[in-house]
Amino acid sequence: MLALRFSPPLALTRPTNIVSRNMLVYRRSALVIISGFFEPLFYLFSMGFGVGSLIGNVPLGNGSSVSYAVFVAPALLASAAMNGAIYETSNNFFYKLKYAKLYDAIISTPMSLTDVARGEVMWALLRGSLYAIGFIVVIVMLGFAGLGLLTSPLGLLAFPAATIVGFAFAGAGLAATTFVRKWRDFDYLQLALMPMFLFSGTFYPIDAFPPALQAFIQVTPLYRGVHMIRALTTGTPDATLVIDAVYLLAMGTIGLAITSRRLGKLLQT
Amino acid sequence: MVETSPQPGPLIRARGLRKCFGAFTAVDGVDFEVAPGEAFGFLGPNGAGKTSTMRMIGTVSPVTSGELTVFGLDPARHGAAIRARLGVVPQADTLDNEISVLENLMIYGRYFDLSWAESRRRAKELLDFVQLTERSNDKVEPLSGGMKRRLVIARALINEPSLLLLDEPTTGLDPQARHLLWDRLYRLKQRGVTLCLTTHYMDEAEQLCDRLVVMDQAHIVAEGSPRELIDRYVTKEVLELRFRRAENETDDSLQLDGKLDGLADRVEQLPDRVLVYTADGEAAAAAAYERGLRPASVLVRRSSLEDVFLSLTGRSLVE
Repeated sequence: MLALRFSPPLALTRPTNIVSRNMLVYRRSALVIISGFFEPLFYLFSMGFGVGSLIGNVPLGNGSSVSYAVFVAPALLASAAMNGAIYETSNNFFYKLKYAKLYDAIISTPMSLTDVARGEVMWALLRGSLYAIGFIVVIVMLGFAGLGLLTSPLGLLAFPAATIVGFAFAGAGLAATTFVRKWRDFDYLQLALMPMFLFSGTFYPIDAFPPALQAFIQVTPLYRGVHMIRALTTGTPDATLVIDAVYLLAMGTIGLAITSRRLGKLLQT
Repeated sequence: MVETSPQPGPLIRARGLRKCFGAFTAVDGVDFEVAPGEAFGFLGPNGAGKTSTMRMIGTVSPVTSGELTVFGLDPARHGAAIRARLGVVPQADTLDNEISVLENLMIYGRYFDLSWAESRRRAKELLDFVQLTERSNDKVEPLSGGMKRRLVIARALINEPSLLLLDEPTTGLDPQARHLLWDRLYRLKQRGVTLCLTTHYMDEAEQLCDRLVVMDQAHIVAEGSPRELIDRYVTKEVLELRFRRAENETDDSLQLDGKLDGLADRVEQLPDRVLVYTADGEAAAAAAYERGLRPASVLVRRSSLEDVFLSLTGRSLVE
């Protein structure tokens, strides 16, 4: 009786079941979600406007320069996208995998482990997107208030770009979490995330570092994300945007593939 | 529940089925078949390989070697198609503790590609079936063990499966909860659902199973209906003689001085009592008395599946 109606392909609907399930959980605790929205804003006001008032303009590398708030805002957006993805795919995913035994129940249904991995990434992206949209809305509103943080109409592309950053870290986050054995292992994750947040050209241009270190930073993912979003919000795009996007999309895709395989190893014993 | 078209051949067929975890062999070349509409049981002590077998049938554990088909399909290649027609009640309740009772069923229906409307309809019907309607909007955590088990069974039925796999469905439940569950499983069987279950409770196997296999140390050691197994492996009756032990007795075995020799088909000595397997328990009791034995208590009972089980798998604890 259901077959007569048009239905979208299962490869698409099955992962959304994971999203539905997570929405049922959060329906009762929406505040937890909203809290993540404020973090990048606090940084924007304290660093961008606070510290920014002590600093002059920041050179962009193409000859032009922008105010510190304009410089730091896209980096905070990229970091928020990263953090949003990591929240969901580290502790929350680990809890569902090891303690709630959620996927042990799901593997007895027609859902595949690829569906599970895709669904969790979709969910992480959905949550991350809420933060990205919130952040962009604030930036646009500040623009109306005379504090123009978006200096180019290309800035509206910051949203899809933030989604790509979220995808990269969601895929990688899931994959990394499948190797975690105990809660304390997540300390190692922080050990990777914290320096990325501080040194990826987030708060100052990476010209401040020696060339060897600069080269290293340029191959880390958050740098690519900050670079991509900053080029869009400041209206200074060039061909390297393609490298950023391909790098991040590949990272997310490989993460997804590793996650599906690892889940099979862990659950289908 | 669902109408099963007449199946050509068995629903489950295993030939030389093996499962190894590294050097450990959990299932060592077992053969069995489960026919449509049948209630089939795996009886055995812990660690006998029952759960490993069930997980292979449920397509969540890859077959190491040998043949296995479920609905005539190969689990390695058609896992999703098999699972679509399968209901699974795992040993541990894998309920979703973060959402309500009703939501547990509805989202599970979604995992089987049901629409939300259909999922909700079936969920309500099933909550009624397992007598949990009043708890629909409660979280799962505060439910009693019996309620959780019923919810897991309801969840396993959301896709109207033609084959239900139950791994120790009533372990840890009180008698009331067990009987309620048995009643529900019996009704499912009446509707034509094939049941395949594992248990180490003899009464459960006798109540529910048309046919069963006894598993021990990765092998199938016996097969038949509960009655057949009793007839084949034990005598009609068992005489239990319980002796009061002398204060100074330190030896583990009772001193019978061969007084029961030739009295019965088989005599088993336990620390506190003697089991005499015989066709006529009363006669054996009289004979024992005549030979000078003075037991503190005498019990003649029909032999049960438990006697079969213990005679096949031994009394020592398997861990």
